[in-house]
Amino acid sequence: MKEAVITTDKLTKRFGDFVATNEISFEVSRGEIFGFLGANGAGKTTAMRMLCGLSTPSSGNASIAGFDVYRQTEQIKKNIGYMSQKFSLYEDLTVLENIRFFGGIYGLSRPRIREKGEKLIKDLGLEQEAKKLVGALPLGWKQKLSFSVAILHDPQIVFLDEPTGGVDPVTRRQFWNMIYEAADRGVTIFVTTHYMDEAEYCNRISIMVDGRVKALDTPRNLKEHFGAATMDEVFYALARGAKRSE
Amino acid sequence: MKQLLTFVRKEFAHVLRDRKTLLILFGMPVAQILIFGFALTNEVKNARIMIMDQAKDQASRQIIDKIEASRYFEVNQYIHHRDELEKGFKQGDVRLAVIFPQGFDHALQHLHQAQIEVIADASDPNYATTLSSYISSIIQDYQSEQVAAAGHLPYQIVPQIRFLYNPQLKGAPNFVPGVMALVLMLVCVMMTAVSIVKEKETGTMEILLVSPFSPLMVIVSKAIPYLLLSLINVTTILLLSVFVLDLPVQGNLILLFAESTLFIITCLTLGIFISVKTSSQQVAMLISLMGMMLPTILFSGFMFPIENMPWPLQLISNVVPSKWYYIIVKAIMIKGLGFAAIWKETLILAGITLALLVISLKSFKIRLS
Repeated sequence: MKEAVITTDKLTKRFGDFVATNEISFEVSRGEIFGFLGANGAGKTTAMRMLCGLSTPSSGNASIAGFDVYRQTEQIKKNIGYMSQKFSLYEDLTVLENIRFFGGIYGLSRPRIREKGEKLIKDLGLEQEAKKLVGALPLGWKQKLSFSVAILHDPQIVFLDEPTGGVDPVTRRQFWNMIYEAADRGVTIFVTTHYMDEAEYCNRISIMVDGRVKALDTPRNLKEHFGAATMDEVFYALARGAKRSE
Repeated sequence: MKQLLTFVRKEFAHVLRDRKTLLILFGMPVAQILIFGFALTNEVKNARIMIMDQAKDQASRQIIDKIEASRYFEVNQYIHHRDELEKGFKQGDVRLAVIFPQGFDHALQHLHQAQIEVIADASDPNYATTLSSYISSIIQDYQSEQVAAAGHLPYQIVPQIRFLYNPQLKGAPNFVPGVMALVLMLVCVMMTAVSIVKEKETGTMEILLVSPFSPLMVIVSKAIPYLLLSLINVTTILLLSVFVLDLPVQGNLILLFAESTLFIITCLTLGIFISVKTSSQQVAMLISLMGMMLPTILFSGFMFPIENMPWPLQLISNVVPSKWYYIIVKAIMIKGLGFAAIWKETLILAGITLALLVISLKSFKIRLS
């Protein structure tokens, strides 16, 4: 097994009496595409917030890219990228301006931003649109651009929170090709999704139910273990027993 | 620092790209100054009046000449009988009548006292008050001329009414500081609140929080552009007031700008506070409008005198920052006073700002939970 870039050990978050995330422990290795599944309210978002350094755990340990989630959140933030389901670029700025802004707040030098920006625009085939407002682009392109901007500063890990919500199947496919390319370059992908066909694209997946990790394995092993033909059935078999739901 | 600049540049791009924001930002102060300056002023020009001169002597003549020469009045008609008074008021747009009794000059010379009857149409009480005080000041003026000519007080005509700081009874002085408070309140509070809440709404705030850029810096870089733009607004208002409304700044300009900067910071903090507490642009805008504009209009003393309010309202007015700013600007701009006269108000304003800042930062949790 390769070097682990995300390690959690009994990571727990309580809000009063409510245990949102209950002693979750797992490891994700470099370059892996890790699917983080669970029904709404299962505790995915809370777990992800802790891993991104946005929320302090109540107990347990976790290290992200070698940094501790309690004490080294600043270093964690420099080494991760993040993209959420909500479209996360500025619609009233142009493609170039968005690239410059996000490159800038991650502290990239100006020549580096220019160089990376040009490559990004060329890779996405956005030469014609570089100076257009992002709001004018079709949703699929926005999502691809959003992902490219999220990994502009070469993070070790990128967190994707339901990145393909509301996107058509063709674009979703293209989006996953981009994810694979990034993973091939050694970027670790931590992705949440509700699409079970996307779960199949992951190297390994974990399924959370009521704040706990109920299953963690490769999609193939999981299907075998549950005697199911599709991931859909696996997910249903596990999530059915959930007591919490939104 | 470089990151801060990147951020501030982006904020400017947001503002300058949005035509509507720009219009509100720079159109509003100009519109308000012009509206308050020319349309909503309680200054009177060319009010129509009637004169009934039963004396027809030298003194009454001289006073009538002065009234006619004034740009506040236009003598509409001369009447001879009291019956015509009511007709005049009812028929036309005559607002006031001045009646000189028989033997006016004689009474002055020999009894050293005479009366002039002033009848005003008080269906609009403010207007009537203003008009009668104008007449009073014209008579007062006449009297002091006579005193100057005679070298001693020859006689007395009417009660003394003095207009401190605003001898020409210009309507503008009171409202320019008021408009400054109002515009800054609106621009700073609303724009800051909306621009931060917008990032929350669109989801970009999450991205910023995940980035190494510190949340405190996010707030600071949001505030900087509005601070600069608001200072431009203060300048615009002052220029308009000096060159269009003929209202010079009597006091120290640097002091005025320093105090304005303090008030702008107060407003920005308020805006940040609102943005922390709300999560949609509409709510933020509504709270800014209702929660900030109304108290400014009601409790700053610029439209309604605070002294006339019942004490609970007077108490409330003390926590409205615009009240203190209004007092400060009035003192500097109109009375030409220095810092010594307004340090107390400045201290209160600074105190309110500090309190707001502490509350805002406390509620703005560095880590979102």
